[in-house]
Amino acid sequence: MAARVATGEPETAGGRASISARTLRKDAWWRSPATTAGVLLAFVIYSTWAAFQTTDYTWEPYISPFFSPCIADACHGSSSTWSFVPWWPLPAILILIFPLGFRLTCYYYRKAYYRAFWLAPPACAVAEPHRRYTGETRFPLVLQNIHRYFLYFAVIFNIILSYDAIVAFRDHSGAWGHMGLGTLVLLINAALLWTYTLGCHSCRHLCGGKLNIFSRHRFRLRLWKFVSWFNERHMQFAWASLVWVALSDVYVRLVASGLIHDPRFF
Amino acid sequence: MADIESHDYDVIVIGAGGAGLSAVVQSAAAGANTAVICKSLLGKAHTVMAEGGIAAALGNVYPEDNWKVHFRDTMRGGKMLNNWRMAQIHAQEAPERVLELETMGALFDRTRDGRVLQRDFGGHQYARLAHVGDRTGLEMIRTLQQNAVAKGVDVFMEHCVIDLLKDGEHVAGALGYRKETGQFVVWRAKAVVLATGGIGKIYKVTSNSWEYTGDGHSLALRAGADIIDMEFVQLHPTGMIWPPSVRGILVTEGVRGERGVLRNSEGRRFMFDYIPEYFAGDYADSEEEADKWYTQRTETGARRPPELLPRDEVARAIAAEVEAGRGSPHGGVFLDIASRRTPEEIKRALPSMYHQFKELAGVDITKEPMEVGPTCHYVMGGVRTEPDTTESSVPGLFAAGEVAGGMHGANRLGGNSLSDLLVFGHRAGRYAAEHALGLERAPHIDDAEVERLTALAVEPFERDEGENPFELHAELQDTMQDNVGLIRNEEDMKKGLEKIKELQERARRVRVIGNRQYNPGWSEALDLRNLLTAAEMVALSALARRESRGAHTRRDYPETDNEHFGKVNHVLRLKDGEIQLNEEPLPQMPEELRQLFEEKR
Amino acid sequence: MATERRFRVWRGDAKGGDFHDYTVPVEEGEVVLDVMHRLQAQQANDLAVRWNCKAGKCGSCSAEVNGHPTLMCMTRMSDFPPDDVVTVSPIRTFPVIRDLVTDVSFNYEVAKRIVPFQPRPMTEEEKEAGSYLLAQEDIDRLQEFRKCIECFLCQNVCHVIRDHEENKRNFAGPRFFIRNAELEMHPLDTADRRDQLQDEFGLGYCNITKCCTEVCPEGIHITDNGIIPLKERVVDKRYDPIAWLGRKIGFAKDQRRL
Repeated sequence: MAARVATGEPETAGGRASISARTLRKDAWWRSPATTAGVLLAFVIYSTWAAFQTTDYTWEPYISPFFSPCIADACHGSSSTWSFVPWWPLPAILILIFPLGFRLTCYYYRKAYYRAFWLAPPACAVAEPHRRYTGETRFPLVLQNIHRYFLYFAVIFNIILSYDAIVAFRDHSGAWGHMGLGTLVLLINAALLWTYTLGCHSCRHLCGGKLNIFSRHRFRLRLWKFVSWFNERHMQFAWASLVWVALSDVYVRLVASGLIHDPRFF
Repeated sequence: MADIESHDYDVIVIGAGGAGLSAVVQSAAAGANTAVICKSLLGKAHTVMAEGGIAAALGNVYPEDNWKVHFRDTMRGGKMLNNWRMAQIHAQEAPERVLELETMGALFDRTRDGRVLQRDFGGHQYARLAHVGDRTGLEMIRTLQQNAVAKGVDVFMEHCVIDLLKDGEHVAGALGYRKETGQFVVWRAKAVVLATGGIGKIYKVTSNSWEYTGDGHSLALRAGADIIDMEFVQLHPTGMIWPPSVRGILVTEGVRGERGVLRNSEGRRFMFDYIPEYFAGDYADSEEEADKWYTQRTETGARRPPELLPRDEVARAIAAEVEAGRGSPHGGVFLDIASRRTPEEIKRALPSMYHQFKELAGVDITKEPMEVGPTCHYVMGGVRTEPDTTESSVPGLFAAGEVAGGMHGANRLGGNSLSDLLVFGHRAGRYAAEHALGLERAPHIDDAEVERLTALAVEPFERDEGENPFELHAELQDTMQDNVGLIRNEEDMKKGLEKIKELQERARRVRVIGNRQYNPGWSEALDLRNLLTAAEMVALSALARRESRGAHTRRDYPETDNEHFGKVNHVLRLKDGEIQLNEEPLPQMPEELRQLFEEKR
Repeated sequence: MATERRFRVWRGDAKGGDFHDYTVPVEEGEVVLDVMHRLQAQQANDLAVRWNCKAGKCGSCSAEVNGHPTLMCMTRMSDFPPDDVVTVSPIRTFPVIRDLVTDVSFNYEVAKRIVPFQPRPMTEEEKEAGSYLLAQEDIDRLQEFRKCIECFLCQNVCHVIRDHEENKRNFAGPRFFIRNAELEMHPLDTADRRDQLQDEFGLGYCNITKCCTEVCPEGIHITDNGIIPLKERVVDKRYDPIAWLGRKIGFAKDQRRL
């Protein structure tokens, strides 16, 4: 019988299909990671530059979000009463480390920079260039797991920046009942930071995601659903808040240096 | 025999859909060494396409529902040709099986008080279908699959069975091949459960997948089992009809259960014109009454909308509208839910329908009506089994699910298929295990027979020229569609039978190119034999039933003949290589069940 | 109505293979799978293609069309410009059997290692009702995961194993994270799968670059709703010092069961 069966004898199985191309995609798959890389780089360059420009970051009642809470000499006697480290020369460095950590460990930004900078992978179904890959299983990337602690700090900073937006309803001499374009800029800044922070995956988990039986926790279910709405738009809010923070800094500097005049609404 | 792989089991189950996996789980639980053989990957069987739900008289939405009502609905839907005992067992055990599925991890949609939610379906007096949106079959198969895997059952994926093997009168196992390599495999087993599904691929317009080639029906026939009721092939009234490439893909009856209505090109809800005498008292005669039924039936006593008549009635009505020139642009009718529910409700209740029309036809069902027409869906006929044990007339050979006959009579109600799979799959597993464990010695495999069968199977490779198996299949589908379709007559069917004979002759000369490794041409060549046998069985039985009943509609015999044909089953057997047809009396139900039908009228 | 369209189809087996050029007539409304069938019936009887339902419900016909992992039955020809040469290749991450068919047994082996569903016993009330009582809002989340049709496109596209064969030993893949998420968040389940997820199934290998979510034909939010919540649950148990301290002192309870 063996002889007859041999008519249709198969090849033996083994490895993958021999296709050498790194990808068979024909679309502009590189466009998205390139854009991400471009915007992130621009932000990093600008914020680094700004951190070293230790003048003109505050103009009563406004303060740049990069320098709030104001912990430097410049703020003594001003409306922002947080100053407690008068000797620190570069306040922005101390301040930025928290939002930076929050965004660096953020589940959305991780996707963005792993793709754009690490190229792991650069795009879907496009081979990555690395020989080995261990993901977030080892030091230092295993530290991404402490994202929720950065969330706690981010909430504190959001409260401070919201406070800054509220005190911006005072005028240059400290009297309530003022609103200028700067007030609006800081209000939007605070709002966008909240939308980004509320949509945080750790926040969603802590609010209710960790429960298995929602029906016994009505309030937390509602909270979870509320937070989930922001979570679905986490990427959009991440970009919007990032760009707006930089714009807020730019705006305050322009006003403080006297390059533009802050338009007053009332 | 050196190059044939062989395995020994207590029980082998052929087919890994709802019935097969239910059988596997039960057989393994009973302590039998069990394996399952399936043509596709595990979890891809046709059950995944079941959409609407599982019919079971749980009484969660209407507490007045119970097994007797379900039994009566099933029998009346089947035009009283059902095997009464199967229908009784089915109605009694379905609720238990649904709840058992839940303890295995299935997640059905819920009522407000946390029970399993049930939905309305054609022919069921009460909302009775346990469901998960419109992907109930997927939930069911995944649950059973995961349970079978957890039990450590051996799964032979992408293995096709060529023939059953016997030891004298008793079944002894099966011969098949592994698609990946083309390697022949023999499974020796003390009991075999057939759970191979249906025969839909003998038709051109069908909701069935490539697997539905009538394997179980033909394997059983060749192994000497009785096959009954093959004339009853259900056309689901609502299949997609446009674009041509998706013609036949199922549109769940759940659309109508969720208040969708059928309209003709004039915008008329034409089903009101097609309520048969037999069901007249149960269905609404105005749109107003019908619309009240969905939400206020208990308070107002409103009767059911005629869109929810049994499937055979609706399919015929659609065909009649199209024939009268009131069809939709592509030869169907309109199924409209857009004007009846909000987009959110539609997306919630019918997500995969929304997806399917959007992706495949570019139609947004929340905004426009769907175009639908009848599509071959299910065969009521199949292997005759002993109702309690599911054993066929061949000792050791069991059958459950679509491949078994009798349960649904002349027409199956929607939702009764998934429950059938669970109830009789469960029983098949249990009794097959019991049979196998009670057998003193393992059956003997006849090596000469195996050699003969494998030699036959590789013959198509040896021909330098011959027929293209794909073309023969396409010709068969055209033949069945044109000659043994929804509306039948003697002349056409005789022509069809002749053509089937011719195709059988030509099928002996098919040629296959390439080698045996994952060769679809070879699979098609081997399936052809089963397809042609199934087609012949359907045509023979349909020709002999000179009446119209359920899914079997004759233009030349439009009346239902209760005096003669209402009392007989058509039983098919193989004798000297020829299929013989016999009329045998229908089993009669006991008096207390008969009364259920008198109370009503 | 039919128009002639050009295709490049990978044909071969584990020993080797290459793209073959075909010209096939295509009708209105057709999908890539229709074209493969016509090719099979008319020009290449032995072209191996795996498929079942042709309606996007079974997840058998996974392949890569112009480099995109996709179901052939849900990829419409009208998505491509008429002069495009459409490339069809087998999914890359798994060993090829023949032509467009690959050996996906890796996935079935992982499935065997999952800790099965272990429901709590019924309450008195439930025993009376004859079934578990579950609120719809408790299962909404899980029903999303249960939509999975096991097409394994997420497994295929995931760079952890697509680009690093050696990681298959330590990584379960998105499909099985979703499966675990569904069990982990199940209101009736009593098992704890978090250590296994981190140590054996390689949850930490996932760098949430989301390609699994992008290719999912069922639109399941694999990363946001499945993998990330699992990562957070693992953090609860393994990486959160305050939560750890809370459990040590005894005031923090396992919120999954509350």
